[in-house]
Amino acid sequence: MADFFFNTTLGAILLIIGQIFLIVIPLLLALAFLMYADRKIWASVQLRRGPNVVGIYGLLQSFADFGKYIVKEIVVPAGADRPVFFMAPMVSLVMALVAWAVIPFNDGWVLSDINVAILFVFAVSSLEVYGVIMGGWASNSKYPFLGSLRSAAQMISYEVSIGLIIIGVIISTGSMNFSGIVAAQDSNYGLLSWYWLPHFPMLILFFISALAETNRPPFDLPEAESELVAGYQVEYSSTPFLLFMIGELVAVVLMCALISLMFFGGWLSPIPGLPDGIFWMVAKMGLVFFFFSLIKAITPRYRYDQLMRLGWKVFLPFSLFWVVFVAFAAKFEWFWGIYARYTVGG
Amino acid sequence: MTDYTRHAKYFLLQDFYQGMKLGIKYMFKPKATINYPHEKGPLSPRFRGEHALRRYANGEERCIACKLCEAVCPAQAITIDAEPRDDGSRRTTRYDIDMTKCIYCGFCQEACPVDAIVEGPNFEFSTETREELYYDKTKLLENGDRWEAEIARNLEMDAPYR
Repeated sequence: MADFFFNTTLGAILLIIGQIFLIVIPLLLALAFLMYADRKIWASVQLRRGPNVVGIYGLLQSFADFGKYIVKEIVVPAGADRPVFFMAPMVSLVMALVAWAVIPFNDGWVLSDINVAILFVFAVSSLEVYGVIMGGWASNSKYPFLGSLRSAAQMISYEVSIGLIIIGVIISTGSMNFSGIVAAQDSNYGLLSWYWLPHFPMLILFFISALAETNRPPFDLPEAESELVAGYQVEYSSTPFLLFMIGELVAVVLMCALISLMFFGGWLSPIPGLPDGIFWMVAKMGLVFFFFSLIKAITPRYRYDQLMRLGWKVFLPFSLFWVVFVAFAAKFEWFWGIYARYTVGG
Repeated sequence: MTDYTRHAKYFLLQDFYQGMKLGIKYMFKPKATINYPHEKGPLSPRFRGEHALRRYANGEERCIACKLCEAVCPAQAITIDAEPRDDGSRRTTRYDIDMTKCIYCGFCQEACPVDAIVEGPNFEFSTETREELYYDKTKLLENGDRWEAEIARNLEMDAPYR
């Protein structure tokens, strides 16, 4: 049996497909409850109750919503470019899911252990913007088009600073593989050895850029209800809309995973002595997601010029300076060499 | 100096820390919303909801067809026809309220000399068709029978202020 899976082509393909299901199904199931958690947190900060009717404490709300979206009518606007119109949500979801191929959940628990994993993630998540642009353009309508243009400009602006931030992490790790990045954060000091400490300002910057990158409030300008109705999603209904929504949330969870891997030591235990494991990874992602939800509840939406000013005039220079700083700190081993903990090369 | 403090606050994200602190504080406060269909908010005894025609304790309808309510109604939602009954008393043969016209001003209950037409505490009478909102005498009397206990209590509670 093992021989079939490891030594024949068909077996290898089946093995990979099995692994894909092993990642995607728990991910989508978790997503249903994360969406519920998101709404519940949002509601309780605003002193509301949130969903509480479907299932115990409304736990099954996301599944009810899912059923509702599936059975609704698909409306295609007159003059829409049909193939592109239907491809857009698929691109959005698939691109969000593909990035999970290189995310490790535990030591060695990764679908594809490539050595440029972090580049792959950012290449793929940059492609996500195509889903948005295609959706906005194919709808043949003004609001979606404006929303998608905004989204494109916003995602590209913040990808620049995200790119620079990860360069800082890569410099002090010497590895672009997530397992390598986590291994570099492993030491006898528990949570003090993770990168959130040496790279603290970048953690904040990365978090805020992640908000902008995934179109979460306070940077949800592409779907600003007050001026653009729902941005690129205006003309979408039923399953295509559901795909957009899931795609967006998968991207959010992906950002949570990236933050936990790069700054919070992934599956490493925060207290030396406790066993490492996938539960730490899940707990850290949950904590980061909680902050995503909390930010959504407490912040008003940024104006577009403020968004651009923040991206280009604050984040870009600051992260650029940080790259230079980290480079020097790593080369000359300033601060007892905390910026130079290579796992590869050196 | 204040300018520097402002910039320092901006870069240290002070507003966000305060916002997050407040957000977490509010998360654990009791909810302001009620569990509506299962739990309802308090209503004033003067609440002006769905109309009802009341009866006396012996079952006799109160309305004497004086048509004051019809006259005072600013939306002209009330239509009344009347003629003497067999025993010689003056009663309505038709008492219609078009609930789609009604503005719930309460003038009809103010005008009524015998407290026959009142606006009860019920506000959950939405329907799926307009026709169902054209109330006739039977429907109004039925409402009166159903809500009599609440209506009588509300009138009694409000009496000292009239």
